[in-house]
Amino acid sequence: MSSMATPTQAAIALLNSRLRKHAQRKRVNAIALVLSLAAMAFGLFWLIWILFETVRLGLGGLSWSLFTQMTPPPQDESGGLANAIFGSVTMVTLATLLGTPIGVLAGIYLAEYGQKGSLGSVTRFINDILLAAPSIVIGLFIYSVVVARVKSFSAWAGVLALALIVIPVVIRTTENMLTLIPNALREAAYALGTPKWKVIMTVTLKSARAGVLTGILLALARIAGETAPLLFTALSNQFWTSDLGSPMASLPVTIFKFAMSPYENWQKLAWAGVFLITMGVLVLNILARTFLRNKH
Amino acid sequence: MTATLPASALNDPAKMERHQSHARPPATRRQTVPWADAVFSALAHGAAWLTLALLAGIIVSLVIGAAPAIREFGLGFLWSSDWDPVKNKYGGLVMIYGTLMTSLIALVIAVPVSFGIALFLTELSPTWLKRPLGTAIELLAAVPSIVYGMWGLLVFSPLLSTYVQQPLQSLLGGVPYLGALVSGPPVGIGLLSAGIILAIMIIPFIASVMRDVFEVTPSLLKESAYGLGATTWEVMFKVVLPYTKTGVVGGVMLGLGRALGETMAVTFVIGNQSQLNSASLFEAANSITSVLANEFAEAGAGLHQASLIYLGLVLFFITFVVLAFSKVLLTRLKKREGARA
Repeated sequence: MSSMATPTQAAIALLNSRLRKHAQRKRVNAIALVLSLAAMAFGLFWLIWILFETVRLGLGGLSWSLFTQMTPPPQDESGGLANAIFGSVTMVTLATLLGTPIGVLAGIYLAEYGQKGSLGSVTRFINDILLAAPSIVIGLFIYSVVVARVKSFSAWAGVLALALIVIPVVIRTTENMLTLIPNALREAAYALGTPKWKVIMTVTLKSARAGVLTGILLALARIAGETAPLLFTALSNQFWTSDLGSPMASLPVTIFKFAMSPYENWQKLAWAGVFLITMGVLVLNILARTFLRNKH
Repeated sequence: MTATLPASALNDPAKMERHQSHARPPATRRQTVPWADAVFSALAHGAAWLTLALLAGIIVSLVIGAAPAIREFGLGFLWSSDWDPVKNKYGGLVMIYGTLMTSLIALVIAVPVSFGIALFLTELSPTWLKRPLGTAIELLAAVPSIVYGMWGLLVFSPLLSTYVQQPLQSLLGGVPYLGALVSGPPVGIGLLSAGIILAIMIIPFIASVMRDVFEVTPSLLKESAYGLGATTWEVMFKVVLPYTKTGVVGGVMLGLGRALGETMAVTFVIGNQSQLNSASLFEAANSITSVLANEFAEAGAGLHQASLIYLGLVLFFITFVVLAFSKVLLTRLKKREGARA
């Protein structure tokens, strides 16, 4: 616009430029929102693709012999994953049984005893770091304190490594759930003369039990698929063993070994194993979520 | 007396009974009480100390295990790229580079996508869809990493090779710098595919932190901006994001910590090669975690094993710093909220 423009022309120009600016802002907004929608679709796309391939390739290998026969040698058409499934179930169960009480107790400490003190805040900080720490480092730790001392790989070492992964998960959920319990409940129990340990066990922990159980289920789901900490603790075993002092097969480690191999029958079994693990873990996760939602 | 009982106790006859038994003064119980209380408190304290001891134990055992390699190579280990079990000479540069590079690729992809997902979940999604969509994204984090690995190796990398790497190579082959990034064999296995799979794996962690911090932004702030005529994008980018930036960075750091320590998925697709021939992103390489997963169980005691533990120590140190930084940022955001509320 020239400086000779009349006031009306100037006003129209101003209006036009504002309209242009407005249209541009709306355009930017529209682009951003479309991209956001695309990001959401991107995230869902991978989930659906991975689940689809797992089901498609896993269902083919699913049969009864999977649960009744041992892991086969390469290029042998028979065989299943029985020893690996048994090993996984055994180690995961023992690790949960071992890790849960410690995790719950430490969670109780954080929520009921150490809410202000420095031990409480340091533990909380360290626990959150352990929660996300690389699980392979846990494997290294157990290797040096157990396997290297005993001089043999063993299922017990695997159980210990998995238990160390359970503990931080359970601590976090237990503390969160206990802090949600209203103080009035505690005070009412104290007013009746109940000792602290009894208040915790029969009032607060009992009211929070749905949440605590959710934490345990989530921990279970987490360690069921863990491979890295088992690689050099429980190692693997081609045969059936129920001796916890010897190397034991587990589903994830067997999948790792079979999937990296060039043998077709091993790869097929690995897909079947992947199917089992994925479904198990997803069911546990969904169960934990619905469980928590119904109780709160 | 029943009127003062907590509601949950009313529904539970067993508990009512126990509470009523308190009304009678049981002389014996009174004597056991201090003892039981002390034991319980000691147990709870002990469990908390155990967590701290765990961290200390990890660090001490890694340092002791790595000691021979630390004595032999010192800090030069970090920038030497020889990894030769035959000559017994070790240097961790290639693995450290692999770990950092794959995590960097993962962040470059995951951060914008996670921001988009968080924006969608907080501002765009209809209320009834928020929960199922949020859960679906969180389930991405629940899928075990071995599943990502196997899917990545057998399903994803062949497709990446055919539909992304080969076209990129023919497109950018002659361009300086960019051409070097895409040189090398386009076989679908290497730094790029490991980075992409890591990105998918850390999206749920970053997205859920972002969503949580976006949701705690006071609606007063957002409504004021909308009232002034701001668009959704402007509200997010100019009001919500600056307000929550510590939390957002904390979430990104959390994702980074996860990416650095991820083992199985990376081991499957990175190619496991301890030499680096070029700067190409298509190059097969090794990360700290993948070399540990592949070599540790077979490594003989001695310098090879010590060097692997040294790498584990380096990894633990890096993730510790990243995760601690993340935690500090997230706590600071929470404190500020507390102060304003």
